[in-house]
Amino acid sequence: MKSTTDIAIIGGGLTGSLMALAAAKYGFSVCIIDAIAANMQKNPDFDGRSYAMAMASGRMLKALGLWEDIETETQPILDIKVTDGAVGEQPSPFFLHFDKYGLDEGPMGHMIEDRHLRAVLQSRLIDNVNITYLRGQRVEDQTAQMASSILCLDDGSEIHAKLVICADGRSSAFAQRAGVTYTGWKYAQSALVCALEHERSHNGFAYQHFMPPGPLAILPLKDNRCSIVWTETIENAHTIMAMDNDGYLDVLRPRFGSFLGEIKLVGKRFFYPLDMSIAKSFIAERVAVIGDAAHGMHPIAGQGLNSGMRDIAALAQLCLEAKNRGEDFGSQAVLARYQEWRRFDATALALTMDAFNRLFSNDNSLLRSFRTIGMGVLNLLPSTKRTFMREAAGVRGNLPDLMR
Amino acid sequence: MQASQFTVDTEEVAKFQAMADEWWDPKGKFKPLHMLNPCRLDYIVSQICAEFDRDPENHLPFVGLRILDIGCGGGLLCEPMARLGATVVGVDAAKRNIPVAQAHAKKSGLEIDYRFGTAEELVLQGEIFDVVLNMEVIEHVAEPEAYMKACQGLLKVGGLMICSTINRNTKSYIFAIFGAEYVMRWLPKGTHDWVKFITPDELYNLISNAGLQPVDKQGFVFNPVTWQWILSDRDLSVNYVTASLKP
Repeated sequence: MKSTTDIAIIGGGLTGSLMALAAAKYGFSVCIIDAIAANMQKNPDFDGRSYAMAMASGRMLKALGLWEDIETETQPILDIKVTDGAVGEQPSPFFLHFDKYGLDEGPMGHMIEDRHLRAVLQSRLIDNVNITYLRGQRVEDQTAQMASSILCLDDGSEIHAKLVICADGRSSAFAQRAGVTYTGWKYAQSALVCALEHERSHNGFAYQHFMPPGPLAILPLKDNRCSIVWTETIENAHTIMAMDNDGYLDVLRPRFGSFLGEIKLVGKRFFYPLDMSIAKSFIAERVAVIGDAAHGMHPIAGQGLNSGMRDIAALAQLCLEAKNRGEDFGSQAVLARYQEWRRFDATALALTMDAFNRLFSNDNSLLRSFRTIGMGVLNLLPSTKRTFMREAAGVRGNLPDLMR
Repeated sequence: MQASQFTVDTEEVAKFQAMADEWWDPKGKFKPLHMLNPCRLDYIVSQICAEFDRDPENHLPFVGLRILDIGCGGGLLCEPMARLGATVVGVDAAKRNIPVAQAHAKKSGLEIDYRFGTAEELVLQGEIFDVVLNMEVIEHVAEPEAYMKACQGLLKVGGLMICSTINRNTKSYIFAIFGAEYVMRWLPKGTHDWVKFITPDELYNLISNAGLQPVDKQGFVFNPVTWQWILSDRDLSVNYVTASLKP
């Protein structure tokens, strides 16, 4: 069986789904090819995974008409407090403090649980007449021919697409077959992720505690719950992960502190190995690489999905503009514009996160005093701090239309 | 005998394909045209849409329009016009460009009528169009008045001509000749002859004398920071474009 589509998307995760909805909104026919079978993505239970959506990403969800379906489930981030410390010590006096009054536009971002976002995306994909959603299928072979790319699937069918967008995650196999090479390294850290219920209200505050083995991020969820991203050395992380829930919490408590009162686990515990993986090229013949497939980065500031959403908004806009002026939107000339728009920014962001992690995740006393004072000074310089906040909110730089 | 004939043809086709690849390589020899192309197309598409009441968001908005591109080269303008649904004729006085453009159109799955010849010849053949694209040509022709009359003769009443060229002043000398040809090496030395460049007033007169009515003019301005061309209402100091109607 042979079918044709404007755009084929490899990967049906958050990035692939959002890409499909953005492209469909702009009138393109889209086919998503997702290796994961239908029932595996549906997991309505609370499982603790969540995302910090920067302001610009929130605007994109609004532009795609998704926001109204999830707004009631989101928690605005009203303030971010950054501290430097060590286990059991008092946080340093020079903590950095970003409150919502630093930005005119409102909260810097919102926390959204994975289960809510995924469910909304799934139903929208299925309802959209411009989107064909193939689940449990893999691309076995890909060739560029004439003005399209031909994808052969494992069920023997063929898809002819003018553009293939690769959204299948870090070090994408599809992108590598298309000739994209990666650079990067593994971190000597792993991330422990879970959700907690706590006694006292978080008041919409997000906390980032920098500790020698790595940062602990405490991100507010709806009600008296929070999501944590707890970075430890690989060895420690394995040990902690192997403990039962009580043991896990016993290790966490001195790191977490007592400011939210008593804590208890809700949902599952997750373990993620950490690495940075940057595609040397974000494009290949009739292929654009987006999201983690283009730039897998350290989760230290929760910028992975936000950065991927910028890729989506930029690529969708460039394709629309190209189509409206009669250009071949899968051509190298058009893809080169995407690469120009996104590669430098995304790579610079990944390297900044890397540097951030190196600066903070160690116990060098000189570095510690330097960063402590640095944070204190930054706190006293409103304009610099504002720039930082606008960067974190994703409202700085050349913004695509969907994020304006 | 049959076999060698076949070989020759394949070689010819391969040669033209290679030249087409060169024309269409955004980083290659025609890089300046590729950089300018989105900006030129935005202008062309918006003018055609306004004049013929088309919506660029529609599928195939240019269906029913017959468009001529003079000096079509490798088809950088013809292909987008065809993709938007127009019936397109591309004419070029350089014979070798024709099979090159044909090879690329075939690869793109587009039907475009490419012809070796000149605007004047098409007038003699009685050809007539809704739109004539006269882009970066007039500064290269020997007799601009006669050429402009031919363009007028190719238009239907109510038809639209888009004409772009390069202004003649110190700045355009520095940018278009010294900058583009000598410093950036975007264009081969000798591509342009500065004395043949045309000021907006001169172009206005050429257009009016040919019996067309100028309706719009804008500058194509290169921004060296973003490395992009943009349209400007005010800055017509180097590259600029005009739209005219046949009353």
